[in-house]
Amino acid sequence: MTTAAKRLPGEFRSPQLRDAGVEFDVDKVRSDFPILRQRVHGRPLVYLDNAATSQKPQVVIDAIGRYYERDNANIHRGVHFLSEHATEEFEGARRKMQSFLNAADASEIVFVRGATEAINLVAQTYGRSNVHAGDEVLITAMEHHSNIVPWQILCEEKGARLRVAPISDSGELLLTDFANLLGPRTKIVAVTHVSNALGTITPVQRVIEMAHRRHIPVLVDGAQAVPHLNVDVQALDCDFYVFSGHKVYGPTGIGVLYGKSALLDAMPPYQGGGDMISSVTFEKTTYNKLPYKFEAGTPHVAGAIGLGAAIEYVNGLGMDNIAAHEHELLAYATETVSAIPGIRLIGTAKEKAGVLSFLLDSIHPHDIGTILDQEGIAIRTGHHCAQPVMQRFGIAATARASFALYNTREEVDALVEGIQKVREVFA
Amino acid sequence: MPDLRELYQEVILEHSKAPRNYRELATANHRAEGYNPLCGDHFTVYLDLEGDWIRDISFQGSGCAISQASASLMTQSVKGKTREDAARLFDQFHKLVTGQSPANGNRAELGKLAVFSGVSEFPVRIKCATLAWHALHAAMQGKQETVSTE
Repeated sequence: MTTAAKRLPGEFRSPQLRDAGVEFDVDKVRSDFPILRQRVHGRPLVYLDNAATSQKPQVVIDAIGRYYERDNANIHRGVHFLSEHATEEFEGARRKMQSFLNAADASEIVFVRGATEAINLVAQTYGRSNVHAGDEVLITAMEHHSNIVPWQILCEEKGARLRVAPISDSGELLLTDFANLLGPRTKIVAVTHVSNALGTITPVQRVIEMAHRRHIPVLVDGAQAVPHLNVDVQALDCDFYVFSGHKVYGPTGIGVLYGKSALLDAMPPYQGGGDMISSVTFEKTTYNKLPYKFEAGTPHVAGAIGLGAAIEYVNGLGMDNIAAHEHELLAYATETVSAIPGIRLIGTAKEKAGVLSFLLDSIHPHDIGTILDQEGIAIRTGHHCAQPVMQRFGIAATARASFALYNTREEVDALVEGIQKVREVFA
Repeated sequence: MPDLRELYQEVILEHSKAPRNYRELATANHRAEGYNPLCGDHFTVYLDLEGDWIRDISFQGSGCAISQASASLMTQSVKGKTREDAARLFDQFHKLVTGQSPANGNRAELGKLAVFSGVSEFPVRIKCATLAWHALHAAMQGKQETVSTE
């Protein structure tokens, strides 16, 4: 059992927030998420699988419903009222993404299906134009499969080489090794902002500086970062930044590729079709301007609008408040979970966000997951689509609890009790 | 509500901690691998077949308690049996863990394997229970490639 004093719901106040005179009312926040009200296997749902996908606040669900009830029309081509209105909403969502990432211009925001599609887009357009035989693509040892495989496909096609910067035993990028891997043949660097399996926050600012000294562009995979951190693509000076909407309280099937306009302009289109053209004849097609050049076909209009509502929701709470709440939660979880006999944490970087990966004795994470599920606790078990990370630590899988703005200390206590239950079953 | 004790029966926990016939088989003339790409569970099943007779069987690999115990109990259950017997046992076992076997049905032939009846209440764990059996099936058919649960 945890030795920490139990708190009643709503009693939690982060010290940083108290100092700032701002209150983060986690009870109120929870009431915005209808899914959290349910019971699972007779227990209150404790949802700690947020790195896989986050739950959606009512405002997001309503925005999607309202779009289909009131505004549904195809965009960018109708002269009628609904089409104009839907186009306005869709482009409004794009401007919300622009300000969320602090992009210089809304035309630098390309709507895609998610981070995976965004990375594939860059690999297949920028990559195919700029990476040639003998060239190198540099990634890190803690990438998600979605930031490995698209580059492997590219390297295989081009006869290029995929290089991997190593990480330490605590799960931190080894910057000296990274710097040494940057060379004259390096054509692009692709690096995660926050590791989905370890929770490590990568020092992307320094990574970008190092790469830029050699005029190498950098793609940052922000899928696990945008729910937890303020991101300013201009301050970072990254060349590409990608994220998935569903991990930041938005719908599935929508995500964002940010790219510097000079780079996007020079890139060939990804997919051909409607909306991405200015004019088409059988002899020649002229492509549309940014960002439409990369948005062939009718986009996920409802998804973009839903994601816009999600970003507004996050802005309303304030990313600093969210980060402070989650930071304290992760610190509390790290302390209480690691106090359980037989626990081994995987990923103990100094700078972390949202993720607690662990092993318990020799018990397989799947067994941990099944037993916790019976307690109403949802965690992820397995390799987290990061098999090379598992190989780095010489393990097959981990159990991963991942946190969001609506999680509470009581839920961490439930997790700790659940892990004790696992120990009892396997005693 | 499914009962954890039904899933993690003593026999299962015991076999997962101390799996039987866990070794590479020097006399093996058939082998096959079973792999679950979703969870990374990975087993190799070694067979010493003399005609249709399973003279010896062993396994190696890693996985959760259910897949370990299932592989262990499987080797005990099919050792000394014919291919046909083993195939029939797999069929009955599969029906048991997928909940297609009537509760009062004929489970006599399953013997100790009946401890896996609780798996049917945990659909995501069915693949754990059947992984080694799929590998055995492939090994008996002389297939060389890795069998995937997907």
